[in-house]
Amino acid sequence: MAILEVNGLKVYFHTRNGVVKAVDNVSFSVDSGETLAIVGESGSGKSVTCYSLLDLLPKPPAKIEGGSALFNGDSLLNCSKEEMRKHRCDDIAIIFQDPMTSLNPYLTVGEQLMEPLVHHPDPARRQSRAIAKEKAIKLLDEVGIINPSLRFDSYPHEFSGGMRQRVMIAMALITEPKLLICDEPTTALDVTIQAQILRLIKQLQKTRNVAVIFISHDLGVVAGIADKVVVMCNGTIRETGDTDGIFYNTSDDYTKKLLAAIPEGAKVLPNRSHADSSLVKVDNLKTYFKNQRSTGEQDRYVKAVDGISLNIARGEILGLVGESGSGKSTLGRAILQLAPTTSGSVTFQDQQLTGLSAQQLFPWRRKMQMIFQDPYASLNPRMTVFETLSEPLLYHGLANKKTVTQQVLQLMDDVGLSQAQMRKYPHEFSGGQRQRIAIGRAVATKPEFIIADEPVSALDVTIQAQILDLILALVERHDLTMMFISHDLSVVRYISDRVVIMNQGVLVEQGSTEAVWSNPEQDYTKKLLSAIPVADPRSERSRNALLD
Amino acid sequence: MSKNTVSLPSKELASGSSLWQDAWIKLRKNHLALFGLGVLIVLIISSLLTPWIAPYSYEAQNLDLGATAPSVSHWLGTDIFGRDMLTRIMYGGRVSLMVGFIATAVALIIGILWGAVAGFFGGKIDAIMMRIVDILYALPFMIFIVLLMVVFGRNILLLFLAIGAVEWLTMARIVRGQVMALRNQEFVEAANSLGLSQWTIIRRHIIPNTLGPVIVYTTLTIPSVMLLEAFLSFLGLGIQPPESSWGLLINYGVETMEEYPWLLIFPGIALSLTLFALNFLGDGLRDALDPRTSKD
Repeated sequence: MAILEVNGLKVYFHTRNGVVKAVDNVSFSVDSGETLAIVGESGSGKSVTCYSLLDLLPKPPAKIEGGSALFNGDSLLNCSKEEMRKHRCDDIAIIFQDPMTSLNPYLTVGEQLMEPLVHHPDPARRQSRAIAKEKAIKLLDEVGIINPSLRFDSYPHEFSGGMRQRVMIAMALITEPKLLICDEPTTALDVTIQAQILRLIKQLQKTRNVAVIFISHDLGVVAGIADKVVVMCNGTIRETGDTDGIFYNTSDDYTKKLLAAIPEGAKVLPNRSHADSSLVKVDNLKTYFKNQRSTGEQDRYVKAVDGISLNIARGEILGLVGESGSGKSTLGRAILQLAPTTSGSVTFQDQQLTGLSAQQLFPWRRKMQMIFQDPYASLNPRMTVFETLSEPLLYHGLANKKTVTQQVLQLMDDVGLSQAQMRKYPHEFSGGQRQRIAIGRAVATKPEFIIADEPVSALDVTIQAQILDLILALVERHDLTMMFISHDLSVVRYISDRVVIMNQGVLVEQGSTEAVWSNPEQDYTKKLLSAIPVADPRSERSRNALLD
Repeated sequence: MSKNTVSLPSKELASGSSLWQDAWIKLRKNHLALFGLGVLIVLIISSLLTPWIAPYSYEAQNLDLGATAPSVSHWLGTDIFGRDMLTRIMYGGRVSLMVGFIATAVALIIGILWGAVAGFFGGKIDAIMMRIVDILYALPFMIFIVLLMVVFGRNILLLFLAIGAVEWLTMARIVRGQVMALRNQEFVEAANSLGLSQWTIIRRHIIPNTLGPVIVYTTLTIPSVMLLEAFLSFLGLGIQPPESSWGLLINYGVETMEEYPWLLIFPGIALSLTLFALNFLGDGLRDALDPRTSKD
């Protein structure tokens, strides 16, 4: 018998602009010991579905309009607040996406772990602090925290992101729930940490026989972890089935589109790099920042970039890969002279850029541009598309007041925006369209060199594919040279001719993309490559079997 | 795509709507804000025209009359010297509104620039600029004003400047906090990578994004400045009778509240009305200047 059975669930949001059917007629069930993945792009209603089960939605505007949800035969949708509290405490636990914000920074990890035991709603089941502490330490050990009895008294900021997510998992499991809801638990984590967390969830599920609902947008992750998959789009279920069925013989168009959008395999476009002519030369570049929490001579500086040398040939697409904190973004900014350089030099077209004043740099600025990661933060919310796109043109004297409209329209055309949208503000656009605006701003000055810093990591997978194609098309048309910074190895492989792997400020390995992929030399590269989840359940299973 | 497929847009599209034009369109749909704007305009116009439209002269006393309740000849009654209250409130409004707007404008300009520069550049510049603010905060406000008055003599313009010079401190702090959060945003970095000058970035990308809290604080500053003027005048540092301001009238009204309530009520209404109007207008402006609120 299924532990959770959801039937015809409808959750509508009543907003000023009308009713939004966030979840519309959704049904699924989960058994104990089973993992159900809910897959969908942002706005598909996958999170709303699960939050509504635990009554975690703001009401209003949310309203449950129909359907039923039975947990072990008890209805979740129309139980009293007290009963819901009991369910949350004993039966159903949830792990959120961002481990950085889901722990209270003012309480020790141990204190937060003991909370549900010491303050249990049922006084008869409250436990003494001593017993709770013992249990918490045991659980910390189980989720792989080293030295748990010492770490028990640490504060959240003393843990890394992956460790915090482990703590979150321990917290979810401490009341021994029967159902665990994981809302994108690894999205905010690096790929190697992600692999560890996924293995941990799988392993704990086996030993404790809990049911897991795994919400994710990442089909690669889902392929490795799920027994059953629900594909959601715009609040409705497109398809339900076992993992193999969904991945290998889907009949649904949307699922097919999702699977096709995953960047896979090598770059298909020809390598246009002129190996003999170097455009950007980075020589022993170092960028150190003062360490605010320095305790002595050794850690006076944070060595974000520590002696990197590399060459970027004209026409080349260079992929720069690293995990968070590897210094890859700082390197990109330092090359563009947006971050300070401590020593070393950056040469662009035989002109040394390091040490130039802002005025001397100005003519070079238009030749090198940047595309940023977050299309929500990279556009000034108080400037229309026209203002954003005309600014570089006017400022660099590439257009005058009369010709600027024409040029902006041309630019919007180039990046696939409709001309009617010229007077709109950024908030009126979707994430993908915003990224198009940002790309338009970057290519407005007809640069020769572009640094794209994770330009697609904030986007849904189908949008991601469109933006990647747009970037490739623009690179082709304007004969651009590009440095593509990303943590997503599949994307880098799909887009770049050559790849540089960075870790903790130093260059680990570089080489042509396919050579590095098929034959990595350094251990770090091997570890990184083996951690990439692939949207292929069979190969994921065989790899998991190997690791177990 | 060839050039000629791009149709030249209509004039309207080309000239486009700026932030302020959009704001006006949105503001026109906000009835409360329009009411506030209307009240303010009426108050300002009547203050400007006071010497011509006031029913009596502001110093005309009628000691025989004394304090009388509102009547046909004196709509809002008279004070203990038999002076017409309506006239006095109208003349008082001239001073109060002028103090409110000029002193606040001084505070706004200094505060925004100071805060924006300190927040944007950070580091040593920020440390020095904010320490100056701290020192000015610590300086007893009264001593500061008395000193100014002693050195430069009593002068109504100086009073405006003195009040403005005190009120900008908080404004600078608010703007600095906003700017510090903004300067690490990617759109500022994008502006940097375009080679925009620091001043252009502050003017185009930073200051417009601080408008929301600034406007709200401004609408709070204007009434507080008016009361500050009353306080100074009460101490003999501001304007002197027979001239009047709303603050002064209220102060005198409080003393005789029990016998002659109208001496307190009517100036009180005038000040509260201005305050309401400012708040409605301020809230409306804040929403109107935020592109995220819809135009329709």
